[in-house]
Amino acid sequence: MVDTHSYDVVVVGAGGAGLRAAIEAHDQGARVAVVCKSLLGKAHTVMAEGGIAAALGNVWPEDNWRVHFRDTMRGGKLLNNWRMAQLHAQEAPDRVLELEEWGALFDRTKDGLILQRDFGGHRYARLAHVGDRTGLEMIRILQQNAVHKGIDVYMECTLQRLLTDGGKIAGAFGYWRESGKFVLFGARAVVLATGGVGKAWKITSNSWEYTGDGMAMALEAGADLIDMEMVQFHPTGMVWPPSVRGLLVTEGVRGDGGTLKNKDGKRFMFDYIPEFFRADTADNEREADAWYEDKKNNRRTPDLLPRDEVARAINTEVKAGRGTPHGGVYLDIASRRSPEFIKKRLPSMYHQFKELADVDITATAMEIGPTCHYIMGGVRVDPETAAATVPGLFAAGEVAAGMHGANRLGGNSLSDLLVFGRRAGAGAAAYASRTNARSVDQAQVEAAARAMLAPFEAEGGENPYSIHAELQDTMQSLVGIIRTEAELKDAIVKLDGLSERVDRVSVEGNRQFNPGWHLALDLRSLLQISKAVTRSALMRQESRGGHTRDDYPKTDAEWGKKNVVTRARGGKLELETEPLPQMPEELRQLVMSEEKQGAPA
Amino acid sequence: MKQDLLATAKSEGDVTLRVWRGSKGGGRFEAYTVPSDEGMVVLDVIHKIQALRAPDLAVRWNCKAGKCGSCSAEINGHPRLMCMTRMNTFAPGEEITVSPMKTFPIIKDLVTDVSFNFEKAKEVPAFKPKPKEADGTRRMYQEDVDRVQEFHKCIECFLCQNTCHVIRDHEENKKAFAGPRMFVRYAALEMHPLDTNDRLELIRAKAGLGFCNITKCCTEVCPEDIHITDNAIIPLKERVVTEFYDPLAWVKRRVMGQRATEPGKGEPEPPSAKA
Repeated sequence: MVDTHSYDVVVVGAGGAGLRAAIEAHDQGARVAVVCKSLLGKAHTVMAEGGIAAALGNVWPEDNWRVHFRDTMRGGKLLNNWRMAQLHAQEAPDRVLELEEWGALFDRTKDGLILQRDFGGHRYARLAHVGDRTGLEMIRILQQNAVHKGIDVYMECTLQRLLTDGGKIAGAFGYWRESGKFVLFGARAVVLATGGVGKAWKITSNSWEYTGDGMAMALEAGADLIDMEMVQFHPTGMVWPPSVRGLLVTEGVRGDGGTLKNKDGKRFMFDYIPEFFRADTADNEREADAWYEDKKNNRRTPDLLPRDEVARAINTEVKAGRGTPHGGVYLDIASRRSPEFIKKRLPSMYHQFKELADVDITATAMEIGPTCHYIMGGVRVDPETAAATVPGLFAAGEVAAGMHGANRLGGNSLSDLLVFGRRAGAGAAAYASRTNARSVDQAQVEAAARAMLAPFEAEGGENPYSIHAELQDTMQSLVGIIRTEAELKDAIVKLDGLSERVDRVSVEGNRQFNPGWHLALDLRSLLQISKAVTRSALMRQESRGGHTRDDYPKTDAEWGKKNVVTRARGGKLELETEPLPQMPEELRQLVMSEEKQGAPA
Repeated sequence: MKQDLLATAKSEGDVTLRVWRGSKGGGRFEAYTVPSDEGMVVLDVIHKIQALRAPDLAVRWNCKAGKCGSCSAEINGHPRLMCMTRMNTFAPGEEITVSPMKTFPIIKDLVTDVSFNFEKAKEVPAFKPKPKEADGTRRMYQEDVDRVQEFHKCIECFLCQNTCHVIRDHEENKKAFAGPRMFVRYAALEMHPLDTNDRLELIRAKAGLGFCNITKCCTEVCPEDIHITDNAIIPLKERVVTEFYDPLAWVKRRVMGQRATEPGKGEPEPPSAKA
């Protein structure tokens, strides 16, 4: 007999979005379970550094939701779902203040309010933060809140398949990591809060958990994915030594005054200001440096252009031979801020470089380069309820799409988790309250169980670790920051080849806490989602945000009106374009305005 | 393919770890040799062992950056995060052992059952803020939150719990002792500028603060450099003493009836641990 549980709402994932969803669904009266692959409190949110973007207006009273909305839409190169961006900008301040009600202790202004810091693409200092460990504060507060509410948490439990009944969600099926035994959840509604797929790339800031399983499960259950070509490479990852390559260096370094330099000591970002941001961006060092203190009379430093712009610029500098000895560029805060300031504002960066690279960031510049960080694409959702296109399925956070368009601004992820985590929890609870429990289809369960055990039966197959390494090499070299048709087609052939090999993968040992087996199963979702990314990237014949085509280097107005949609039909991926929801005229004007101050409240 | 990898000869560029393999029923150290990379940490070597030698070697990890507190283990007997232990900190040729945390029951290899910590967390009464300011805001000043922010740095690696001799060698104490991590948590709540909940009786009795005889082992192993003993445990002990053992406070309570429980009555002092 399979270990079986029954809930109104099952939340998959215990990062910021999952915990916030669970808390909301619980408060709305639903019986809720959270199911997560790691121990509680270890999800990716814990690694978030810089802060939570919210127009609280504590540092710059001029800030308001309209300015935040405008920044978000422009940062996303207008591919965002406008309604999500609007709800996000409007609700983020309340979600931050709510964390304070639950015990969060953000850094303070002189007046005792929540301090806000500068970040890329944000007009005003807007990120509520705790030094450079904001994610830790956020996940711990949400975790403790969920525990106090008595919400059931199933830790180290991996869900592999969504169960459907007549096209509607009926539950989910997976295994306990510790014992390898199967577990079945009956549920009226499922909230996916499973994060992204960064582990498909070799140089990544993401942990082992980021294998795209939520997206793969959604696809299999019949849901739409959109914008899968939009992958964010964070400009500043560590590059040396090799063992830490890809580890995140917070944008807060630049937010707090750090600047990018090439090997000649030149602040090269001034050479990379795109037309789209020219009116908002300082074109000389004096103005850029003055902006930190005086935002009324100066434009933003190009060091804090949106991430896609900065990552491409670094990529170009390195390719032109102006990089550091280890293939990055320099990020210098040592010559610009005092050691005391740096240690106070960026304690974990100081610690990370000191311990792992023997570099004292208060004395020398860091060597950094782009690292795969985030996927803007994911499950298509309704802005109000976070409902996916399959009845009973909801999605929030990185696994969902639309909010960030073609490129996410730093700080907008943590606020996204809170705003849409809450909305997903409410949406799922409301759905569960008006629907009957559906019956579990034993055939689906048995098929999933058979597939999960297959790697134990295969003999003489390949080691999952070597296939994973090849997948990472493929995505890194062929589906990276700069893409071309030939390389993307090459990648599709390689990914198909890897899929065939994954079908024959074999694992050693038994089902008890067996990482080789776990990886063998994760590889299936990694590959499926890598294919969705690659094929979407091939389809979009333009460059926009996190998607740059060397063969189509310009942004194309027609492509700006379309989402690329991915569906799975009969196990095969089908792609098409669909029109992007058009925003109301008033908001469109706001977004396109070139006023330095954004717009009045 | 796997055969080729195994055939790699041991060379100057190799590194060897002795890793504990086993389960509840027992186990032993196994030596694994894999190629070395510049800047490697112990967790990198473990990952390489999984990829090349022992695909079913069980280990917990997430961020590999000292931020999540998942990869706690004992390296040459010292409680440490594997992701923050550089291989170049060992002398050439030095034997390096990696074993699971000793205080928690073994699940498999380097993975232990840390549910003790999550159970103790459930016993902590929730944060309960006082009313907002008249203008609807929450005003707290940086100097007032600094010390609590130190406690909020905790990444829940449970190395302090693992090293604490009250429970490390005394399974029987676990029932009545929450451990250093939870004392940090209690201290964070007690010293939070907005909190109004009172947990002192709980800290004294159920959480077993009296067991701690401030040997500072927890502070020494904390990867976040939280001054657990000096800044959390000792101030909590002082608060408990003032609350329960200060004669003036006792009289005040009797007269004013501020507390339901009478201190020092019916409940024996917790036994001190045999270090």
